[in-house]
Amino acid sequence: MGTRIMTNRTNRREFLKAAAAGASAAFMPMPAIAQGAGPRVVVVGDGLAGASCARALKKLDARAVVTLIEASQTFTACPFSNEVIAGMRDLSTQQFGYSKFAADGVTVEFGNATAVDPQARTVTLASGARHNYDRLVLAPGINLRWDALPGYTEAAAERMPHAWKAGEQTTLLRRQLEAMEDGGLVVISAPANPFRCPPGPYERASLIAYYLKTKKPKSKVLVLDAKDAFSKQGLFTAAWKELYPNHVEWISLSNGGKVTSVEPATNTVVTEFGRHRAAVANIVPPQKAGRIAEAAGVADRTGWCPIDPVTFESKLVPNIHVIGDACIAGAMPKSGFAANSEAKVCAAALAKLLQGQMPEEPRLLNTCYSVAAPDYGFSVAGVYKPTNGQLMDVPGSGGVSPANAPASARAQEAVFANGWFKTLTGEVFG
Amino acid sequence: MNDNRILCIIAAASLLALTGAASAADIPPGAAACSGCHPARAGVDTTVPRLIGRDAAQIVAAMADFRAGRRPTTIMDRIAKGFTDDEVKAIAAWFAAQKD
Repeated sequence: MGTRIMTNRTNRREFLKAAAAGASAAFMPMPAIAQGAGPRVVVVGDGLAGASCARALKKLDARAVVTLIEASQTFTACPFSNEVIAGMRDLSTQQFGYSKFAADGVTVEFGNATAVDPQARTVTLASGARHNYDRLVLAPGINLRWDALPGYTEAAAERMPHAWKAGEQTTLLRRQLEAMEDGGLVVISAPANPFRCPPGPYERASLIAYYLKTKKPKSKVLVLDAKDAFSKQGLFTAAWKELYPNHVEWISLSNGGKVTSVEPATNTVVTEFGRHRAAVANIVPPQKAGRIAEAAGVADRTGWCPIDPVTFESKLVPNIHVIGDACIAGAMPKSGFAANSEAKVCAAALAKLLQGQMPEEPRLLNTCYSVAAPDYGFSVAGVYKPTNGQLMDVPGSGGVSPANAPASARAQEAVFANGWFKTLTGEVFG
Repeated sequence: MNDNRILCIIAAASLLALTGAASAADIPPGAAACSGCHPARAGVDTTVPRLIGRDAAQIVAAMADFRAGRRPTTIMDRIAKGFTDDEVKAIAAWFAAQKD
């Protein structure tokens, strides 16, 4: 019988690996179901992944009692927030609420999840409220490492915004750019891998350059990088050469680009090779998984969360699944689209596990657009599957937009980028 | 728990797996990700076509053309190369069976 299940659209080898990794809960008794009540799934979200997973799971398993815990009543999307910084769109177009969730049968509770007891299977909120779970999904996004860059504290971020969690920080950076006099130097500090939205710092440099070129042409953007290579590098470099030859400069790690400290009192960004006094300093600091991941014990020494590539169940703590930017998803980048893709795969796996069935070996996608100007877009795409216990690229698939595409293709990708945002946010919140 | 009881639980779980009616959870691998760009709901302002209710053969043919470079596209060639013929067929059949 077991063999029949496995051959029934499930890769036997991957299943055995998943089972060995502790995802064999398919064979465990399920007290909640035995008592006639639906299984309880609590999702702690802070973005696209959690919201998407909660809704998708309830659609797949109507019996499941799904509770989504969110810290904020309004979600402010990071994708496209670089356009807010450049003055191309309003922050309100980035904001979404949870009004449609109740009709789908998902209970949304607003509060900060502060503790998880994996033995008792409870989540505790700052208010003291406690939720029992059969399965817990953590999608807490990122936490900024305030201990990683000397001088860069939460107070410093009020002067030198990170704008890496969309909201107040986004508008703060926008206001600083608006207030800057022409001729000013904008410094962006980009961190080492891994971090949220790998092409993000370079899209931001492009769109700030677009703003400067059109409104403050004597100014420029300097990108100080802790890396020698970055996402969509060839495409960004070509776009800068074509569109912003006098407005963007990128300094790699090898050329002394790594920022070693910041001095907020004078808005100075320090590297091993020099000091840069910025008119506007945008510091994207090193990151780790959101706070509750650490509290639940699902983050490892890297600060991120190792997971099973079939079920997204934590490799460290059973019955807790981690999706989105917080998890270590192998070759998948920390992008909004990837988070949504992971959320739906995790929901499908949970639906199977809660019914005592075997999750299928998944296929996941990433599609991520960057815009270098309003009519200049390009993309990276990837298809992923579990391989040797990790999510890896399906060989021969994926990659970035072609290097020598005509302007019409760049314009078309900019249009697709806009549609991408509407479709993705519409699926999760609409 | 003795061995017999463990076997009973395994048997029961296996039986459930075999007899459980095909549920919405049986979305073929990869299909759920498409709606990140191809809207699941009507009325989304995008130029990307919807797939729900579309003829399965049409989807299969389009994917084959994308993969072979016979049909112009900005991104679907890169994605189509990540799926086998059988995977595409399963995804296409699932979309064809979906209704608004």
